[in-house]
Amino acid sequence: MAEHTAAKKPQMPSAFDLLNIESLLSEEERMVRDTVRRFVKERVNPVIGEHFEAGTFPRELIPEMAELGLLGMHLEGYGCAGLSAVSYGLACQELEAGDSGIRSFVSVQGSLAMFPIWAFGSEEQKQKWLPRMAKGEVIGCFGLTEPDHGSDPSGMLTNARRDGDSYVLNGSKMWITNGGVADLAVVWAKAEDGIRGFLVEKGTPGFSTSDIKHKLSLRASVTSELYFDDCRIPAENMLPNVKGMRGPLSCLNEARFGIAWGATGAHRACYEAALEYAQTRIQFGKPIGGFQLVQQKLAIMATEFVKAELLALQLGRLKDAGNIHPVQVSVAKRNNVREALKTAREARSILGANGITLEYPVSRHMNNLESVYTYEGTDDIHTLIIGQAITGISAFS
Amino acid sequence: MNIVVCVKQVPEPTGTNRIDPKSLRILREGVDSVLDPADEFSIEAALQIQEANPGTNVVVVSMGPDRALEAIRRGLAMGANKGVLVSDANLAGSDALTTAKVLAAAIKRENPDLVLCATESSDAYTGMVPGGIAHHLGLPLLSYAKKLTLAGGKVQIERQTEAGFQRVEAQLPAVVTVTGSINTPRYPALKGIMQAKKKPVDQLTAADLGFSPEQVGEKGAKEKVLGWAPAEQRKAGTVIKDDGTAATQIADFLAQLKVI
Ligand SMILES: Cc1cc2nc3c(=O)[nH]c(=O)nc-3n(C[C@H](O)[C@H](O)[C@H](O)COP(=O)(O)OP(=O)(O)OC[C@H]3O[C@@H](n4cnc5c(N)ncnc54)[C@H](O)[C@@H]3O)c2cc1C
Ligand SMILES: Cc1cc2nc3c(=O)[nH]c(=O)nc-3n(C[C@H](O)[C@H](O)[C@H](O)COP(=O)(O)OP(=O)(O)OC[C@H]3O[C@@H](n4cnc5c(N)ncnc54)[C@H](O)[C@@H]3O)c2cc1C
Repeated sequence: MAEHTAAKKPQMPSAFDLLNIESLLSEEERMVRDTVRRFVKERVNPVIGEHFEAGTFPRELIPEMAELGLLGMHLEGYGCAGLSAVSYGLACQELEAGDSGIRSFVSVQGSLAMFPIWAFGSEEQKQKWLPRMAKGEVIGCFGLTEPDHGSDPSGMLTNARRDGDSYVLNGSKMWITNGGVADLAVVWAKAEDGIRGFLVEKGTPGFSTSDIKHKLSLRASVTSELYFDDCRIPAENMLPNVKGMRGPLSCLNEARFGIAWGATGAHRACYEAALEYAQTRIQFGKPIGGFQLVQQKLAIMATEFVKAELLALQLGRLKDAGNIHPVQVSVAKRNNVREALKTAREARSILGANGITLEYPVSRHMNNLESVYTYEGTDDIHTLIIGQAITGISAFS
Repeated sequence: MNIVVCVKQVPEPTGTNRIDPKSLRILREGVDSVLDPADEFSIEAALQIQEANPGTNVVVVSMGPDRALEAIRRGLAMGANKGVLVSDANLAGSDALTTAKVLAAAIKRENPDLVLCATESSDAYTGMVPGGIAHHLGLPLLSYAKKLTLAGGKVQIERQTEAGFQRVEAQLPAVVTVTGSINTPRYPALKGIMQAKKKPVDQLTAADLGFSPEQVGEKGAKEKVLGWAPAEQRKAGTVIKDDGTAATQIADFLAQLKVI
């Protein structure tokens, strides 16, 4: 007879890691995550509420983020850390657990401004800009969206006319993260041979910016309009190695990957605040977390959080294997932002009146996520990308 | 110049250690293990010396289970050059004396000019290991350093006391224990984390260091932990309901304690 061995008593998982995703991470990945988590806890969380309220970006953190290696962290060489995709994702998750504005800054710098130079720039452009951008000495922005062209950027009006050794840019870009603080704008414009990327330095005659005021979302992030009025730049400021929408779209694909991860950070922060509140807030003589309706909300949040994390992790593994399709990024961006937003709203309700204040992170995240829902391809657009992929029929044309 | 920093992997400090009632050892299962936060100060101190004296070699040394490699990696990610892990099932259950003896043997191989330890670990906090290391290496020990400077082949420290500090110096090589007020440890940079896995780590057993199984671990221990009990719970505080006189009541209470 087989000896009866008592089954090992399964260990109760942590409320924040119900499926033991921790066990799927390498030592290096955990170290990256823990380092960024600590940075956010010690440096971002104490100041972010104030910045959100004031509508300012915490510029004082840029040198620290640079020293940590967060700027261009997933790029190889040129003073960049060269992280794996999963480590990059984990860092985005932690940054956005602090604030979507901080993660946006890092995404724009690394994935939207540095990445196109790294991927499509000449060697001189790379040498000139990337090390200083990694050090945070040069801040970048990415100008694709225009006042009349958001979801369909290929219809852009901004144009670049070749004139001898120069290009002359005309047009405007709208909703540009970091625009007003950027030293270098990566601008996508129509040239004679198609859409091209141009590097426009701050202070170039004909180039001006104005910051968008009265935002109720991503308040701790600068969003600006860029204007080009016969703005003359040297011809060598064009990114030589890409033409057409592939240029901006491949940048967006990098950044959307970070957003799919980042949203899980805001998700976790809201769930964490709601769980703690539910366990300590007493009404009708017991913690509100003891009521079935509240437990249901928390159980759904916890489940959706862990699902979103698994989705992000698989996306990261695909990317690290060099085998990721843009539609997979759409699946994750759409799901993870949408679910984070739902959790933020439910968490807000659990916190009652406290939920509407800046004392707790929930409303801030909730409002931020409205931007995240819209930028880098709206929820609708990603839905249609997935729809096209699975039916083979484009809803766009 | 060679600096050895002794680092320990400890259960994430959360205020209370859970102790296994059977083995009377600290429970490490199911608790996140981290590089002892106390050790980050000594690593930082070493790295600051390294920055001021290019060419300085910083080695992090740990004795512990294989998992302690993570603590070493964190030290390497912060900027240390090399790690040494003494790991061996025979070492389990070592007392402070044995720990010091084994660590001293591992440290000696690195030919150090300076050995840095935390004042006490965050888990078992006997504070005995650094003294033991100094003894076995035959080196002077300067304790409780809140400031550390090197000059002319000597190490000088400001030794934290309750009343202020004392200035003490010793000829190198020497062992120094540092306190948490000596510096602000850096975050390991992401680039450092990526480089850490390429840095060398020597893995040694007790036998490699010339110890027989009887000399170390539970068998070699000269002390024995007999038991433990939680500290007596403090009485619940007094709750004053504010009926308009709460401020006066609190002031009276503090005056009675001669606090104000
Ligand atoms: C805070 C913030 C920061 C930003 N940062 C940047 C940046 O750094 N760089 C940059 O280039 N852009 C940036 N953007 C712009 C962002 O990418 C655009 O807002 C986004 O692409 C949507 O464009 P739109 O706002 O013009 O909306 P529109 O495209 O006008 O869409 C309006 C609505 O119509 C829906 N819709 C549009 N087309 C379809 C369709 N075919 N089928 C179904 N529904 C459709 C959309 O889903 C949406 O609900 C930022 C936006 C915000 C809010
Ligand atoms: C409840 C309990 C009580 C104990 N009581 C005693 C006792 O009374 N006498 C006794 O001999 N043992 C005792 N032990 C065992 C003893 O704690 C361990 O043997 C341990 O090696 C001593 O470490 P420490 O954490 O106290 O070191 P400390 O002396 O507090 O550590 C100071 C510094 O020395 C260095 N260091 C210490 N350990 C290591 C290591 N493994 N690797 C690298 N560097 C290190 C670190 O820099 C550390 O910060 C006890 C253990 C427990 C769980």
